[in-house]
Amino acid sequence: MSLMTSELWPYVVLILVGFLPNEIWRLLGFAVARGIDEGSELFVWVRAVATGVLAAVIAKLIFFAPGALATVPLSVRLVAMVAGFAGFIAFRRSVFAGVATGEAVLILGAFLLPKL
Amino acid sequence: MPDFYKMDFATYSAAFFGGFRSAWLSVFAYVLFGTYVGIGALAYDFNFSLTWVTLSTLVVWAGPAQVILISTLGGGAQLIEVAVAVGLSGVRLLPMVVSLMPLLRGPQTKSYQLLLPAHFTAVSMWVESMRLAPLMPVERRIPFCNGIAFGYMTSAMIATVIGYYLAAQLPDLLTAALLFLTPMSFLVSIARNSSMLVDRLALVLGLVLGPVLAYRNIELDVMWAGIAAGTIAYVAHRIRESLR
Repeated sequence: MSLMTSELWPYVVLILVGFLPNEIWRLLGFAVARGIDEGSELFVWVRAVATGVLAAVIAKLIFFAPGALATVPLSVRLVAMVAGFAGFIAFRRSVFAGVATGEAVLILGAFLLPKL
Repeated sequence: MPDFYKMDFATYSAAFFGGFRSAWLSVFAYVLFGTYVGIGALAYDFNFSLTWVTLSTLVVWAGPAQVILISTLGGGAQLIEVAVAVGLSGVRLLPMVVSLMPLLRGPQTKSYQLLLPAHFTAVSMWVESMRLAPLMPVERRIPFCNGIAFGYMTSAMIATVIGYYLAAQLPDLLTAALLFLTPMSFLVSIARNSSMLVDRLALVLGLVLGPVLAYRNIELDVMWAGIAAGTIAYVAHRIRESLR
């Protein structure tokens, strides 16, 4: 197997286990979408499912935090998330205000409550 | 169909630059910047080359998938395990692409013109495209959304390089704060886009069902949570409509 020892191998790996397993969902979506119209009921349902999937991803990133975020206590991560949402509502539905508030609370909380 | 639009562009390229400009005016250009500084640093820590990680941003173009790819490959996992983990994280892209394509497709649109926006679909681009594309005539939507994605990708690529070189100097708390950018910005931007009851309900249900299924170790937890949340919300929406 000369390919596995060549300089190109890391790039072959990137395509095989990084690009393809991820891109397949986009291509599948591209194929499925052909029959769906902008004003249809199916469109409303698919958009609701997309929103639901993203919500599940968000919650999972908070409860099962990756890497260095796991060193911040779960309670601080949850409070920061709620605070960020409150900031978003308070500042006339500004995404920037929400993200800034959440980040500020997370950093402050991690300082005040290091490793419970 | 409305006779006038809140946004319009004289030419195809004007729409592309309009999208590029709106990318840099939205919070996502900066959220992605922070996220990808983290990804660049992660790649450095696991001894990947700068070319490799930059290329991964271009071809994978999904933050969570890249975090998994780098940390599992770098940690010495079997290739098949890595492929499965990356594939599971990408499920969310399917309903996102399915719901974006009908907005971009006009009567004149050729199928191949939708391939690039399909590849560009990521949470950031999807949220902004779903919000802004309906404001303009259908023939300007593809270049506009490609412009948004190109703007975001530029930010992510520059940040990947910066993160790669800064890696050794990033304190843990800063890395944690960078990782927190993804869920925080996803939550508020999706909340902003959810003007209809059905979407708000799907958001709340997904937030609850996601961790419940994950704690019960159900396979494909995110996908099932999303389908359940979306379907319950949709049924509630239909019942409410029929009662009117």
